[in-house]
Amino acid sequence: MSQRTAPRASWSYTRFQQRFAPYLFVSPFFILFAVFGLFPLLFSLFLAFHFWSPLDGMGNWKFVGFENFGLALGPTDMFWKSLKNTLWIGLLSGIPQHLVALPLAFIIHHSLRRFQGTLSTVLFLPYITNAVAIAIVFATLYSERLGILNYLGGLVGLDPVRWLGDPNMVPYSVAAVVFWRYVGWNTVLYLSGLQAISEDVYEAATVDGANGWQKFWYITLPLLRPMMFYAFTLTIVGSMQLFEEPFMLLNDGGGSGGAGLTSAMHIFNTAFRDLDMGYASAMSWLLFLAIFAMSMLNNYLFSRDGGKK
Amino acid sequence: MKKTAAFALATALLLGTAHAQEKVTLTVAAFPSLDSAIKAILPAWTKLHPNVTINLQAQQFADHHNAMTTALATGQGLPDVMAIEIGYVGKFAEGQGLENLNSAPYSATQYKKLFTPFTIAQATSADGRYIAMPTDIGPGTFFYRKDVLDKAGVNPVNMQRSWESYIASGKTIKAKTGAYLVNTAASVYNVAIRTNLKTGEGIYFDSKNNLLVGPDNARFVRAMTLAKQIRDAGLDAKIGEWSNEWYDAFKKGTVATQFSGAWLQGALQNWMAPDTKGLWRVQNLPERGFASWGGSFYAIPSKAKNKQWAWEFIKFMTLNQGSQITAFKDNGAFPALIAAQKDKAFSEPVEFLGGQKARVLWRDAAAKTKPIDVNKYDSIADQILQTELTNVLEQGKDIKQALADARAQIARRAR
Repeated sequence: MSQRTAPRASWSYTRFQQRFAPYLFVSPFFILFAVFGLFPLLFSLFLAFHFWSPLDGMGNWKFVGFENFGLALGPTDMFWKSLKNTLWIGLLSGIPQHLVALPLAFIIHHSLRRFQGTLSTVLFLPYITNAVAIAIVFATLYSERLGILNYLGGLVGLDPVRWLGDPNMVPYSVAAVVFWRYVGWNTVLYLSGLQAISEDVYEAATVDGANGWQKFWYITLPLLRPMMFYAFTLTIVGSMQLFEEPFMLLNDGGGSGGAGLTSAMHIFNTAFRDLDMGYASAMSWLLFLAIFAMSMLNNYLFSRDGGKK
Repeated sequence: MKKTAAFALATALLLGTAHAQEKVTLTVAAFPSLDSAIKAILPAWTKLHPNVTINLQAQQFADHHNAMTTALATGQGLPDVMAIEIGYVGKFAEGQGLENLNSAPYSATQYKKLFTPFTIAQATSADGRYIAMPTDIGPGTFFYRKDVLDKAGVNPVNMQRSWESYIASGKTIKAKTGAYLVNTAASVYNVAIRTNLKTGEGIYFDSKNNLLVGPDNARFVRAMTLAKQIRDAGLDAKIGEWSNEWYDAFKKGTVATQFSGAWLQGALQNWMAPDTKGLWRVQNLPERGFASWGGSFYAIPSKAKNKQWAWEFIKFMTLNQGSQITAFKDNGAFPALIAAQKDKAFSEPVEFLGGQKARVLWRDAAAKTKPIDVNKYDSIADQILQTELTNVLEQGKDIKQALADARAQIARRAR
């Protein structure tokens, strides 16, 4: 019978506050996440198994099972080509990014420390520059007849290159823009990683007679591993979702012969130009699986390497 | 049921007249440069209906159509009047979110004969619903640089006779003046697949949804062959439309001809190459090909709030001769309304085209353009074929093989 008082107490304002107020205060995130994160995610999973044109309105979808996935995985479909384009542009832009960013960060950290602030700002600028501005500038650089690149090439007797017109050139031209845009971002990441490494280690190495190269190879690289893992993961995810740069440079078709059509662009076209939402959703999930697999591979390679040392 | 609905709407309309002073705000969603035409016509509308305020929501071309697609999907945020460009009208017609203007209270069937005929087919769905009223059209035309042709001693009439004579003339032009024949070989492919279609035949599908693309279709084989001939002879400048090179070629006269909608004249005159005034002329497309090249429509979403006023507004924009002439004078929007095409402005010479009476030519071209069946998978077919054409032009892929591959890909997507 003594319980009788307990429920009454739970209705008091103080009890209510203690019990529910925290949930109320954290709720904005969960509400926003549910509306803008979880719902689209589940809706797209639902759509991946349906045939639906948005013009037919909500509810007028047709269940097609795995047809959309079969369509994307079919041998002749554009999805494979777009995935191949995405991987190729990703490799062309991603690998040089890290090959340049890491030594650059090392040099700035050890030799140009006085200019570190200035250099970080300069390197970071491309990353925060508006994609439209970038597209306009690079379209002008790449212009076949009016561009600076071909003009300079012409001075040393080179034939004009169709940077954005020749399907074989398109991946390189796009990759160069992506490289330019993100190399600074990676450098800044590595710089902050370097700053976390204690000077004592380097001093001890100097005492032991290690040269600059040995310091880089035996101290910097191993101690930067967590940051490298982080930067690699970001590059992989970013490359696989590449959209802005090729879209602004080449328009929605992906340029000559679709040579610059990335998976994200193909999905966008399928959804908003062809109005085939189901097929676009299925491809989005396949792209997600591809990114997931590559991130896991990255994870595995890093942890296996770590185990050896 | 229908009668009740009609009665209710008629009552609503009567009430609308009775409460003429009641304030109404009508939302109109449009894209450039149609928004500029609407703004030019608005004073006349406000004079007639001072109580109806127009809330014009203009967005960029692609943004507008994406926004309208989303609005139709969810039924939220729909305007009362929706502008639709020709590239989207076929897709929007197949959807279920727009009013069928054939039925009461619109009964638009009576107005159809007042418009250039091919526009009606474009706004009609496969099951016969008529979803939008046309406002402007883009008659396809053949622009050429008279100075370049004169220098090469080429008669423009010869270029128009057949595609073969067009290419032969191009070789002369290239040899004598160094100018390219056309911006890209794909332009000729794009004209050739769009002209001389039989009745009931669309570009990629026929009226019964049969896929026409394939190695056995003479129209596609010829279009790709012509493009390949031009590329192999080095006659195309390999430059895309709407690029800096394109504008530069217009300014310098490095490309002798351009196929386009009549609207290109306005763009050349206003911003692309104003200094070339007097150097351009137009004629009909080669091989007596007539094609529609652009156009805009107005539709009413089924979930619009002010349907009766939306309809009044659309009628004012499309059926009123004065409005159509205002739009034409504002930005060169070629009237879809036949009566407006008879205005005396049409027989005036166009100074930019060296005093040529080009509008009469465009009017005839529009009248001769046959309706083309549109299909909701047109954009998919178009993209796949453009890619295969590039394979043919850039990588030497066999034309029959390219068309067979394109057929297989389109068939998979057109479900």
